[in-house]
Amino acid sequence: MEGPPLLEVDGVTRRFGSLVANDDVRFTVPRGGLIGLIGPNGAGKSTLFNLIAGVFAPSAGRIVFDGTDITRLPAPARCALGIARTFQVVRSFNAMTVLDNVLVGALVRDADTRAARFRAHEMLVFTGLDGRARALAGELTSPEKRRLEMARALATRPKLLLLDEVMAGLTPTEAREGIELVRRVRASGITVIMVEHVMEVVMPLVDHAIVLDLGRVIASGRPDAVVRDPRVIESYLGAGHA
Amino acid sequence: MAQPQTIPAPITAFTSRRRRQLAVALAVALALALLPLAVADVFVMNILVLTILFASLSQSWNILGGYCGQISLGHAVYFGIGAYVTVALFVDFGILPWFGMLAGAAIAVVLALALGYPCFRLAGHYYTIATIVIAEAALLLVANAEWTGGAVGLQLPFAPDSWATLQFGRTKLPYYYLALGLAVATWIVSWVIEDTRAGYWWRAVNSDIAAAQSLGVNVFRSKMAASAVSAFFTAVAGGVYAFFVSYIDPTSVMSFHISLLISLPAVLGGIGTLWGPALGAIVLIPMGELTRSYFGGTGLGTNLIVYGVLVMAISLLRPQGLVSLVHLFVPRRA
Repeated sequence: MEGPPLLEVDGVTRRFGSLVANDDVRFTVPRGGLIGLIGPNGAGKSTLFNLIAGVFAPSAGRIVFDGTDITRLPAPARCALGIARTFQVVRSFNAMTVLDNVLVGALVRDADTRAARFRAHEMLVFTGLDGRARALAGELTSPEKRRLEMARALATRPKLLLLDEVMAGLTPTEAREGIELVRRVRASGITVIMVEHVMEVVMPLVDHAIVLDLGRVIASGRPDAVVRDPRVIESYLGAGHA
Repeated sequence: MAQPQTIPAPITAFTSRRRRQLAVALAVALALALLPLAVADVFVMNILVLTILFASLSQSWNILGGYCGQISLGHAVYFGIGAYVTVALFVDFGILPWFGMLAGAAIAVVLALALGYPCFRLAGHYYTIATIVIAEAALLLVANAEWTGGAVGLQLPFAPDSWATLQFGRTKLPYYYLALGLAVATWIVSWVIEDTRAGYWWRAVNSDIAAAQSLGVNVFRSKMAASAVSAFFTAVAGGVYAFFVSYIDPTSVMSFHISLLISLPAVLGGIGTLWGPALGAIVLIPMGELTRSYFGGTGLGTNLIVYGVLVMAISLLRPQGLVSLVHLFVPRRA
C-alpha cells in the first residue's frame, strides 16, 4: 500500500543570519515507515527536526503533513494534527509525577482527565515505566527520563513520532531496550523519524536512511546501501577514506 | 491485559489522595467556623479576619503564580479595583456590595486580559517587572481620579447592621465568616483546577514551555485563562476588605505593600501547592500585625526589620515552603 506520503519536506531551506543550516532539503516519508536521519555534528539534523516539529518556520520551502500544509503552523497545532516529538536534552516536568507528565500529553486528545489518566497509565505500561508512576519526574534516572519522553509523546496519539537522539548516553543494554521499544512503536502503526548521531544504532533499525551534511541531503536510501556511499564515508571520516 | 474492570494502582492512589485533601479541607473549614466561639478579643478577631482574607488572596494569586508560573507583583491592581468599584457603586448609586463585588471582579478580569495580551508575550522576569510598573501607574491614576476621591479616598456612610449592605458596626464576626466563605471558595476552585485539563496545562507551561508546546498546549491562552481566574477572586476579596475596614484610600488598597502581602504567603508557604498560601498567611499576617504592635511605636521601622528577618529565616530554613514541614511527619511515597 503506497498511497500519498505521510510527510513531505519540499525544498526546505533555513538560514540563521548568514549561516545556511538547511539547504533545499527534500524527501518524503511513507506511512508506517521508520526513517533514520543521520549525519556528522553540525550537519543540520536538529534544525530539520525542529522545522518538522514546528519550533521555527523555514526560510523557504514547504512542509506537508498528512495532506495539510503545515509550513507556518506553530508546534501545538502540529501536535493536534498528529506530530509528536522527544527532546535531545530531556525536558520533563520535574515537579509533576511521572503519571501527570504523561497525562499532559494525553489531554490534547481527551479533555476528560479521568479517561486521559487511564490512557497515560497505558503508555507507562507500554514503555515499562508503570512502576515509577507516582514518583516525581525529577527523581527519575536519565534513561528513565528518556522513556518518560517517549510515553508522553505517545500519549498524544501521534501519526508521526520524531525521536531526537533517544539512544544518546545509554549503556548497550539500555540501548537494546530502547531499540526494542522503537520497534514496538513502529509495529503499533506509528511512523517514526529518528535522528541519531551514531550510525551503528540506527542502521540496523531503520528501513530508510537520509544522510545530511552541511545542511544538504547527500544520500538517501536503504541503510546498507547508504553506508557504502562514498560521499557518506567522506562526510564522516573526511576526504581520502572513500 | 484483558481486565478492563481493574483500576491501576497509581490511579486509585490518586483518587484517594484527592478525597483525603477534600476531607482535610472540610475539617479545617469546620474548625475555623467554630473558632470565633473561643475568641472574644477584638484585636485577635481583627488579625483572624485579615489572616483568612489574605490566605484567600494568596490562594487566588497562586492560581497564576503557583500553577502557571507567572509571578505577578502587581496584584494590588485587581485588589484595588475590587475595593474601589464595590465602594463607589454603593456610595454613588446605592448598588449592593454583593453586586458591586461581581462588577469589580468583572472589570478586573477584563483588565487582566487586556494587560496579559501584551505582557504574556514577555518572558520570565520581564513579566514580573511589567506587573510592578503597571501597578504603580494604576496607583497614580487612582490617586488623581475624581470618582475614587483622589488621595483622600472613600468612606462608607454609617448605616444599620445588615447582610444586604454588609455593614456591621458592633461586631466583626460577619466579616470573619465572609472571609472564611471566600477562602473556602478559592481553595475549592484551586482543588478543582488541579485536576482539570487547564490545571495540568498551566503547570506544564510553568515547568517547560517548549515541552508543553510540543504536547499541544497553547501557552498564551493558558496564561490568559489563569490570569483571569486569579484576578476575579483577588477583586472579590478587595470588595470584602473594603467593607471590613469601611474606609479606603490609594495606599491602603493599591500600594506595592498589598501586592507583597498577596504574593508572599504563597511563596513562603509553598508555591504551586494547595495548602501553601493558607500556611504562609497563618504565619505571615499575624507576624506582621504582632511585630507592628510590639515594635511599631519606635518610629524607626523596627517592626519591618523584625518582620524582614523572620521572613528571611523561614525562606532559608524551608526553601520548599512551609508545606514541606508536613514531610517531616508524613514521608512521601514514590
